[in-house]
Amino acid sequence: MTLKQELVRTQEMEINFGPHHPSTHGVFRAVFTLDGEYITKCVNHLGYLHRGIEKLAESRTYTQFIPYNGRLDYVSGMLNESAYVQAVEELMGIADQIPERAQYIRVIMCELQRIASHLVFWASMALDMGGFTPWTYGFRERDTVLDLFEMAAGNRMMPNYMRIGGVAADLNEEFMPALRKFLDIMPKALEEYHGILTGNEIFQARTIGVAPLSAETALDYGISGPIARASGIDYDMRRDEPYGIYDRFKFNVPVRKNGDTFDRYMVRLDEMAESVKILEQAYRDIPEGPVMAKVPKVIKPPAGEVFYRIEHSKGHFGFHIVSDGSNKPYRLRIYSPCFTNVAIFEEMAKGLHLQDAVVAFASLDIILGEIDR
Amino acid sequence: MDIFLVWVDIFRNWLTAGIGVPALAAEIFIKIILVLIVIVFVCCNLIVLVWLERKFSAFYAMRRGPNRLGPAGFFQFPVDIVKMLAKEDIIPKAADLPVFKTASICAFITAILAWAVIPLGKGLVLEDLNIGIFYFIAIGSTGTIAFIMAGFGSNNKYSLLGGMRTAAQMISYEIPMAFSLLGVVMLTGSLNLSDINDAQRNVWFVFPQILAFLCYFISSIAETNRAPLDLSEGEQELVAGYFLEYSGIRYSLFMVAEYAHLVAVSAIASIMFLGGWNPLFGLTFIPGFVWMMLKIYFMIFLFMWMRWTFPRVRIENLMHFGWKVLIPVSLLNIFLTSIGLYVFQAITG
Repeated sequence: MTLKQELVRTQEMEINFGPHHPSTHGVFRAVFTLDGEYITKCVNHLGYLHRGIEKLAESRTYTQFIPYNGRLDYVSGMLNESAYVQAVEELMGIADQIPERAQYIRVIMCELQRIASHLVFWASMALDMGGFTPWTYGFRERDTVLDLFEMAAGNRMMPNYMRIGGVAADLNEEFMPALRKFLDIMPKALEEYHGILTGNEIFQARTIGVAPLSAETALDYGISGPIARASGIDYDMRRDEPYGIYDRFKFNVPVRKNGDTFDRYMVRLDEMAESVKILEQAYRDIPEGPVMAKVPKVIKPPAGEVFYRIEHSKGHFGFHIVSDGSNKPYRLRIYSPCFTNVAIFEEMAKGLHLQDAVVAFASLDIILGEIDR
Repeated sequence: MDIFLVWVDIFRNWLTAGIGVPALAAEIFIKIILVLIVIVFVCCNLIVLVWLERKFSAFYAMRRGPNRLGPAGFFQFPVDIVKMLAKEDIIPKAADLPVFKTASICAFITAILAWAVIPLGKGLVLEDLNIGIFYFIAIGSTGTIAFIMAGFGSNNKYSLLGGMRTAAQMISYEIPMAFSLLGVVMLTGSLNLSDINDAQRNVWFVFPQILAFLCYFISSIAETNRAPLDLSEGEQELVAGYFLEYSGIRYSLFMVAEYAHLVAVSAIASIMFLGGWNPLFGLTFIPGFVWMMLKIYFMIFLFMWMRWTFPRVRIENLMHFGWKVLIPVSLLNIFLTSIGLYVFQAITG
């Protein structure tokens, strides 16, 4: 022992980060081992929001399970629902009978929801850095999106709008003008977001080079979505494995290469701009017609199984449904992007300062409703 | 002669000549009353500040802020006070009781003590010390102890981290703060706040001492623990930092201390750099006290503007900025000031 070590005895400290901590985005809990304020070890603890949704699905009919989707990732209900109904349609073999208009409405809703979800990310990331003001700016546009959902579905956060074979109701006459208005304000709002936060020196100092994630590690952990694209994995299911009618739209997939917190942030902001592009095309091309295919009253998919996934706002979101031919799923498994994405936090937090860990965690953009299900 | 001083004189005469109280006893009695008046003044400021803070934050965030009780929600404060007083005073079982309990009182006392030397107008000061600014800096650094006490006494790991951060931050920002005030002291040749104020009759020291003013402004943000330099509270990572375990009245004492400190550093800024109670544009019919308050609230506006615009800085950047930028710059300011003084004296003889 050196003299200094004899005089100053230091020891590592374990600290509970969550489940009720202001920046764990719900009830996530991690146990940090701190050396001073630097994290030497991090252990994730999940399950505080477990509601047994997968088990619940086994006692609900296929139609009855739709509203539960809004409770998974509760800031992107439309995306969850569209994944579920498309999975069931695939299982029933009616995926090609969905009316054009319903397909377009689904794309519009999904892209709106993607923007809304990324806005929550943007606002809460600013908040996790102590910037209280940007929070309301993000939620201003998100509220416009929720107003649009209210017009279409009657419900804002848990829309329950998608149906097996189409959507619940046609868009009313106020929807399209309101959507036009939103498409006009969104690019300006994005500029404003960049002005408030992206260009800020303090923000850049806190994000650039913080918690970098290499493409290999991302692949090893099964990371998908914006986090993977920030690390240079150029893969977007909407472009590379198009589902629904996504092959008809022209859009870029934002990819960045450093994989640090700043890149994860920028990828999402760029994705919002791309979603606006998709929405513009959908707005232009949406046809008239029915919004519901002819599906039987009681949905009884043939015995078999299907795994169907979509590009969710958080990554690849999928449903594995096993049917025994009855009106209820025999087994329904949810493939959750947040669950795989949060696993990287243990690796990522090592060596980070406590303050940076909070920001790195915010950049993962997890929603506990989906992780714990 | 200021109207407040006239009242004090009338009262003193009434005590000694009117009802025959000995002169010393009358003086002590008057001092006690004046101290109470200063405390009440600070608390009145606090009420306005809490309201202003809410309104400012609402303005920057496109919200309305409090708008139910009274005009523009101004009468929210009695409700807040009642809430604070009625809250249960929760003390953790494993807390170090004497330290835990005295910490909040310490924070409050050190914040109030600074007010002993701060003049708000000609003669409007409890004790016009000839080392006023020195006293202010000395008392300002004792405030750190209260935060460390709270951090250690709470027996909470987050509080401990908060207390350690406060110690590091406050000690490193004390130095540039003192150095930046030194430039002004060199110009006036006095440590007395009233003298410094009188020296600015013709030109405010913010113009010859602009570097010092910027250094002072930034380091006083760190001193008062306000965002973007509020690392010791660090809401998103340390939950609330050093006062995490405090509730009810003990918690509100910390808040009072924070705001009293904020008004005090703003008052010092306006006396040292913004001409104190000297009127602007020769508008002498407005009393000096009003000018002083206007300048204090201008400074507070700047603090709030900063707070609601910027995210919190990283701790390394904070320390680097303090040691590698602010201290050299404030030393440079002293160097330039002394050269300027030398040249000035050489010219004027």
